[in-house]
Amino acid sequence: MKPILEVKNMTMAFGGLKAIDSLDISIHQGEIAALIGPNGAGKTTFFNCITGIYKPTSGDIFICPHEKQERLNGLKPNIVTKKGLARTFQNIRLFSSMTVLENVMIGCHSITKAGVLGAIFKNAATKAEENFIVEKAYSILEKIGIEMYVDELATNLPYGAQRRLEIARAMATDPFLLLLDEPAAGMNPMETKSLDDLIIKLRDEENVSILLIEHDMKLVMSLSDNIHVVDYGKKIAEGTPEQIKSNPDVIKAYLGDESEDA
Amino acid sequence: MDFDYFSYLFFGGLTRGSIYALIALGYTMVYGIIQLINFAHGEIYMIGAFTGLIIASVLTMMGLPSLAVIIIAAAAAIIYASAYGFTIEKIAYKPLRDANAPRLSALISAIGMSLFLQNYVLLAQTSDFLPFPSLIPDFEFWEPYSHIWTSAELVIFITTVIVMILLTFLIKFTKIGKAMRATSQDKTMASLLGINVNRVITFTFVVGSATAAIGGILIASHIGQINFYMGFIAGIKAFVAAVLGGIGSIPGAVIGALILGWTESFFTGYISSDYEDVFAFLFLVGILILRPSGILGKSETQKV
Amino acid sequence: MTATGEIKKSVLVSLWFMFLTFPIMVIRVNTVQDVVEWRWLNMAYIGIGTFFISMLWRYMIRRKEREGKKEKTDNLSFAQKIILDKKIFIPLVALTGLFIIVFPHMFSMYQTNIMISALIYVMLGLGLNIVIGLAGLLDLGYVAFFAVGAYSYALLNLHYGLVFWLALPLGGFLALIFGVILGYPVLRLRGDYLAIVTLGFGEIIRLVLENWNEFSFGPSGIPNIPKPPLFGVDLSLSGSIIYLYYIIVGLVIFTIFVINRLENSRIGRAWIALKDDEIACQAMGIDKARTKLRAFGLGAMWAGMAGVIFAAKTTFINPASFTIWESVIILCTVVLGGMGSITGVISGALLLILLPEYLRAFSEFRMIIFGAVLVLMMVFRPGGIINNVRKTYKFQKT
Ligand SMILES: Nc1ncnc2c1ncn2[C@@H]1O[C@H](COP(=O)(O)OP(=O)(O)O)[C@@H](O)[C@H]1O
Ligand SMILES: [Mg+2]
Repeated sequence: MKPILEVKNMTMAFGGLKAIDSLDISIHQGEIAALIGPNGAGKTTFFNCITGIYKPTSGDIFICPHEKQERLNGLKPNIVTKKGLARTFQNIRLFSSMTVLENVMIGCHSITKAGVLGAIFKNAATKAEENFIVEKAYSILEKIGIEMYVDELATNLPYGAQRRLEIARAMATDPFLLLLDEPAAGMNPMETKSLDDLIIKLRDEENVSILLIEHDMKLVMSLSDNIHVVDYGKKIAEGTPEQIKSNPDVIKAYLGDESEDA
Repeated sequence: MDFDYFSYLFFGGLTRGSIYALIALGYTMVYGIIQLINFAHGEIYMIGAFTGLIIASVLTMMGLPSLAVIIIAAAAAIIYASAYGFTIEKIAYKPLRDANAPRLSALISAIGMSLFLQNYVLLAQTSDFLPFPSLIPDFEFWEPYSHIWTSAELVIFITTVIVMILLTFLIKFTKIGKAMRATSQDKTMASLLGINVNRVITFTFVVGSATAAIGGILIASHIGQINFYMGFIAGIKAFVAAVLGGIGSIPGAVIGALILGWTESFFTGYISSDYEDVFAFLFLVGILILRPSGILGKSETQKV
Repeated sequence: MTATGEIKKSVLVSLWFMFLTFPIMVIRVNTVQDVVEWRWLNMAYIGIGTFFISMLWRYMIRRKEREGKKEKTDNLSFAQKIILDKKIFIPLVALTGLFIIVFPHMFSMYQTNIMISALIYVMLGLGLNIVIGLAGLLDLGYVAFFAVGAYSYALLNLHYGLVFWLALPLGGFLALIFGVILGYPVLRLRGDYLAIVTLGFGEIIRLVLENWNEFSFGPSGIPNIPKPPLFGVDLSLSGSIIYLYYIIVGLVIFTIFVINRLENSRIGRAWIALKDDEIACQAMGIDKARTKLRAFGLGAMWAGMAGVIFAAKTTFINPASFTIWESVIILCTVVLGGMGSITGVISGALLLILLPEYLRAFSEFRMIIFGAVLVLMMVFRPGGIINNVRKTYKFQKT
């Protein structure tokens, strides 16, 4: 089977700096993959490139959610989302003046279509659509486990809940691939554990594949089917958690650093 | 084509451009440091001109010799404009920065400040045009050329060049100049390195205001009259110049100002003077749409 | 800080301002008669005034900082509580409604005329609120669309005898077209550039109106614009004013209805998301350009309709009514009331337009106060008098 996401030979340069350097990465249906690497390795930049926020300097991005393969290069971020790639942000970017429910409702934007006239006249179709949006958003909140905050302003949420809201919002776009940028950052061990369960639940029940960037090695090792390691924008290793743990390059470039920090 | 007329327009454009450059510098420096369009900058320039006029008139009536009048009035204008720049920053921008307010808020605050200062001068002084004495004498040795480039225009040009050189020196080689450059690249990093960011910002406002005041006196003595509204249109045009050159870039501001000065001069000289301001605005709109980062500005990908 | 410390600081501030305002406030030169007027009293006023303002300023800043810290427990302001409490709000609205209906019969024509002006600003404020308050686009050329509406009616009436009731939608439509045409290239720009470019567009339109005599009759303007007709009935002067008053009241109500609907719709949510975070908004599948263009166009349309009314009210228009400062006044009403909040914008517009009318002594200071209001609001209450409160939804728990 073709991979659902296939990035070939991608490079992203900022001036002289190659934040990503001829990177190849493939993600398969139903897998939980992790992208790891030291700070500044280019992981977030990788997300920004495939979601259309940055324009990669060179390389190809393909998706294949069903049978047909499509090229994503040059598409605007909103189109990429529509095609089924959803993401969260490392530095939380919620809509701060909206409630939690509304944040998730925004995620439904690309799968609904009411326009200005519909909004003004509120015809039957628009009403039905609004109901659909509200109910879908609420059920996602329940699934992610933050339904108790439904009417709170997004900014007033505790940190862990904000990270979860980012996930909820992304799920509302009906993605086939969910890109999580450091979802456990700033969480305590208990919160991290329940995030672990949540990610598995999303994969199993919601039928999404997941690519996550994460520094918490325990989480990465326990969750991932496949791990990609980057350093200075280049891929230095790929494999199962077992393979990665014993890879000398990785230990040198990444796990080595990690153990010094700890 | 009449070569004299062409030269006349050329030097006229050069003079205009020099004045735009003096104002544009303030915009570009402030923008470079805090990414704010200091809408009230044009008003500083106006206040500089008013202060200069008021002080000069008082001193003249007191019977001081004209050279002393020029020097004291110019100094007063520069000092007062800097003081206003300093105060505006403290009142209208710093509290917003401290509160991490969105850029939109800072811009609205700047517009409010501009409106306030215009009307402050209108109420405290007058809404009429005030005649401004010609501070710059006609040099005799320049007489043969004065039909295409008056000696006053020459002085304006030379002053601008001197200010430019001083400013470049300040930014390139002094300690505070280095701090300014560091702050404009990364505020957080700069403050971690022990730079007093607030002081740098204040300093930037003061220097920008001082150059604007120099521009204010020069143009007022060149045109021969001032009013409370003069800062607005000049400010907008200087802003156009700064954007054209690439906002944040000091040589860019000068190049942009000269290009704007020349195009305006030739446009009004050869085509039509009715639409002079329309032209400047169209120019602005065109640049921003076609090349938002300007001639010398670098286009950046916003970090996400 | 200690009280004496506070006073010392305020004295310093007041001395600083006495120095700062010295040339402009104290000296006035009469260059014709060569006399200097020394107004030392002004300096005393400034000194005393700034002393107290400085005390107040620092108190307010500290209070704001304290509030900022405990913001988490989102305490609603008094005004918000009133709006949210249906038991108070609905009778309040009914009462206001009644007052508005009987207004022209209780007060003089002069008052009614002022009220019409104020309501035109309400409409403009609500329209601009779509652009700034909801979508977060700082449009400083809003008055251009107001001009498009006014001139559409005036010119189409002059040349083709177009009647008011056709001009109203047409003026709105033309402004919408203008908004879309102007918006298309500029909406890609970053926020502050957008402000300047729209300002530029506003000035271009005014300057063209001023200089293109064959088209717009230049600075002398267009006189004798008819007031709206009422089914062929010939209205007296006062009758036609009252009629116009009810038309604008109707339009304001229509505007409130539409904006209320929009605000809590898929489109409105997209606007607010765009204002909060452009990048996250796009990542949620929202087309940035289209969403902005919608806000810009709709805002322009409202300005256009308000322009038609304005032309019908004054029966004479010229470019002087459409300067950049008009845009700033409208911006001021939106900012004062509270960006994004309908009740806020209405209160802001009524306050800012009616107060200077009634306090005549005040009116000379109108613009300087507007300037101060913009700065003070941004410093102390960026949310405006009345913060917007988001709608909550009811649902069946699954
Ligand atoms: N928009 C940008 N402009 C310039 N440099 C950038 C930009 N985005 C990222 N970078 C640089 O690219 C490198 C990789 O950053 P990033 O992808 O955020 O790393 P990480 O792996 O920690 O997520 C860093 O050196 C960063 O400074
Ligand atoms: Mg990162």
